[in-house]
Amino acid sequence: MSDPSEALASAKAAADRIVNVKRLNACLTPIKELRKSLAAQASTAHPSGVLYGMPVAVKDNICTLEFTTSCGSKILEGYRSPYDATAAAKLKAAGALIAGKTNCDEFGMGSSTEHSAYGRTLHPFDKTRVPGGSSGGSAALVAAGAVPAALGSETGGSVRQPASLCGVVGIKPTYGRVSRYGLVAFGSSLDQIGVLGRSVHDAARVLSVISGRDPKDSTCEDRDSLRLPNVPESLQGFVIGVPKEYFPQDLDAAVRRACDRAIRLLRELGAAVREVSLPHTAYAVATYYIIAPAEASSNLARYDGARYGPRFNGSEDVRALYRTTRGDGFGPEVRRRVLVGTYVLSSGYYDAYYRKAQQMRALIAQDFRNVFDRGVDLLFTPTTPTPAFKAGEKLNDPVAMYLSDIFTVTANLAGLPAISVPIGRIKGLPIGGQLIGQAFLEDEMLEAAYALERAVPAAEEA
Amino acid sequence: MAGAWETVIGLETHVQLRTVSKMFCGCSAAFGAPPNTNVCPVCLGLPGALPVPNEHALQLAVRAALGLGCTVHPRSVFARKNYFYPDLPKGYQISQFEQPLATAGSLSYLSPDRGIATATIQRLHVEEDAGKSLHDRFPKQTAIDLNRCGVPLIEIVTGPDFRSPHEARTYLLTLKQVLEYAAISDCDMEKGSLRVDANVSVRRVGETMLGTKTEVKNINSFAYVEKALTVERDRQIAVLEGGGTLAPQTMLYDSKTNGVRPQRSKEESHDYRYFPDPDLPPLVLTEQFIAEQQTLLPELPAKKRERFVEKYALSVTDAAVLTADRNVADYYEAVVHAGADAKTAANWVMTEVLADAKDHADGLRVAAGALANLIGLVRGGTLSHQAAKRVFAEVAERGGEPRNVAEALGLVQVADTGVLSGWVSDVLGAHTSEVMRYKQGETKLLQFFVGQVMKASRGKADPKLAQRVLEEKLAP
Repeated sequence: MSDPSEALASAKAAADRIVNVKRLNACLTPIKELRKSLAAQASTAHPSGVLYGMPVAVKDNICTLEFTTSCGSKILEGYRSPYDATAAAKLKAAGALIAGKTNCDEFGMGSSTEHSAYGRTLHPFDKTRVPGGSSGGSAALVAAGAVPAALGSETGGSVRQPASLCGVVGIKPTYGRVSRYGLVAFGSSLDQIGVLGRSVHDAARVLSVISGRDPKDSTCEDRDSLRLPNVPESLQGFVIGVPKEYFPQDLDAAVRRACDRAIRLLRELGAAVREVSLPHTAYAVATYYIIAPAEASSNLARYDGARYGPRFNGSEDVRALYRTTRGDGFGPEVRRRVLVGTYVLSSGYYDAYYRKAQQMRALIAQDFRNVFDRGVDLLFTPTTPTPAFKAGEKLNDPVAMYLSDIFTVTANLAGLPAISVPIGRIKGLPIGGQLIGQAFLEDEMLEAAYALERAVPAAEEA
Repeated sequence: MAGAWETVIGLETHVQLRTVSKMFCGCSAAFGAPPNTNVCPVCLGLPGALPVPNEHALQLAVRAALGLGCTVHPRSVFARKNYFYPDLPKGYQISQFEQPLATAGSLSYLSPDRGIATATIQRLHVEEDAGKSLHDRFPKQTAIDLNRCGVPLIEIVTGPDFRSPHEARTYLLTLKQVLEYAAISDCDMEKGSLRVDANVSVRRVGETMLGTKTEVKNINSFAYVEKALTVERDRQIAVLEGGGTLAPQTMLYDSKTNGVRPQRSKEESHDYRYFPDPDLPPLVLTEQFIAEQQTLLPELPAKKRERFVEKYALSVTDAAVLTADRNVADYYEAVVHAGADAKTAANWVMTEVLADAKDHADGLRVAAGALANLIGLVRGGTLSHQAAKRVFAEVAERGGEPRNVAEALGLVQVADTGVLSGWVSDVLGAHTSEVMRYKQGETKLLQFFVGQVMKASRGKADPKLAQRVLEEKLAP
């Protein structure tokens, strides 16, 4: 596609498709504004860009000049960023169209998109269920066929988990592969922008565009953008590790069946599969739920009503302004994490919690290095312990909600790239399998994902 | 009785680094722009913005650390200091905490009580400034100016090393001198580019344990440093002598009343919840980078002072005056290099030159070469010292070569005995009673006659020659 009229047609078709799935509450952008903006973007998009005319939806916690950036929070209701996130700017430079902002758990805190101030997003196949989260709006839009790809963000699995639950591909790149500039921070040492796509290829080509060095982000690696691998004939020569800690006794039987089938297919493709051990896995969720809230408590301190965003009643003095703005502006899950984070950083508790968690994080990362040093190229695990759960099911049980990230948080803690690929259905609901790669070796991970995607009957019951 | 008490003071000094742009973004760090104009998403702390360290600021910080004899750590860590305040847009300040840029330095200064004393520099770290809250701009409202947000600072923390408010002030002036020498900071307290907080305690002389300390803040001019610390010292002594106890608290100095008041507990910081800033990788400095900063440091005042004493045979006091300002020191050396006698040049610079500079915005208006020539004219007997001062003033005001100026002003000294004899005769004729007294033994009147001859000659007479002619004529 290189003709402006085709781009305009693509923009209009995307807007129509998004309107058609309005009932999902996946896209937060008002439809009139979306149509107008898409048309304007299509007419000015650069025709030589590699993503020319491709509509890409963007999670609401990634800053764009188009539309508001509310992070699914009341505290940023109506907030318009005066600048584009680097990832959004790169998308535009490649000719892509920003196809609206997608619903998410507030500031990325949640695994069901129920913690959004703008209402929950429905699972595209079963409205009584959740699409996962926090990038649930992006996953649902892609799964519903409204856009070929969408940007999401991860702190502990917020791209891969909804990808698994919605039956789409979700990639979390290596920490430092994609600039975080303009991604509204949750847990800065864990946050990465990721991509959800209909296929490995759709997700990968978007990732390739948004990856690469950025002088505005000190934690972004000084590397060229990711080069896309070819789809391999076989996986001959690949050694794929299966960590036993990710297949506990009580793992859902259907999830186990789906994984076993995927592992068999990987073998048939020529990969050598071996069981490996990542002994500190059991501590990952606890470690994550100290580090992420600690960083969040500091990152979210700026939302105080003094400079931007709405002010909530009662501002007779500055303390009252803070109290009412933050008390009324943040939802319960955000408040919970800010309190936990404030606590673990407090003097007298820092050593017992935050410092200890950092030590454990280093051990978890070392577990992965040990396995990779012994000749393993990639790891295969389930992405989530279950398919999509019912709305409301875990809303009042934070720990149960946190455990839905049990297989994904480790890649964030270790900074490794990981991808979720659909590997089957369980009573009609999709389930994903996860490949975890070595730092900055996304190309190898994508090769295996291409092969798995082609081999696996993702639409069939496991 | 104040004599029974010993004062113990430690200083925490914040110094703005002399960079064009801010610590973590490209905004101008200049002072005095209209409110909220030197700002961007980064220093405003807008959602999604990220900090990137300013390399020039790091160079200056390392130079400061080296200039203060600190150990510069090849790896240091930026940390977040969390607290809520409307002029702190991120809700935290990027600073350094557990692993600062530099530690274990020292700075020698001339104590008014103890001679050369040494202050230990416990740590030196890099941080960003906060904005400014303006409480008096609009009635019943606080205005916020975020121009200063993100301006690069270093914090220099001393041990509890000062034994009097005067010592603390002397240290501060010495520190200012070092930082100005190395072009690290403008050190202008009025513009906020140097700010100081003091930890003050008192104890009985002979006691080795430290007393309860208070932190004195809001000292916003060099003139107030000693006053504020003295007021707090005296307050503490009065409380203790009255049988009271001191609370470890923050005291705010008010220069209008020359008093201190405790900061309201609401304004007190509680728990800063420091932790490493995940947006900034550890600051790793190569040996080469550190070595390069060392080579870029100029000769610092203490070193220069020692060298001046050694090389130019000056007293320590004179050397201290001449090295107080780098420009003056360079000027002095240029005068000497142009051929002037070192001691005479020192006297000229310390008197005429500095006085003139003081009246003319620190400008050194007479070129070093011209001053050397002027000194040469005095030495050669062409000009009297008095006449030379007039020539200096003339050159400073209107320029020109000293000899030409002296001639034009008719100040060239008359060393012709014939001409001198005429003036001498006139003077003696006009003061017959003094001549009588002189002849009766009141010989100190000779200087009076010399003065009269100088006056009669309008400064042109060579005073030594005039004295000789006078002695001859008055001889019995």
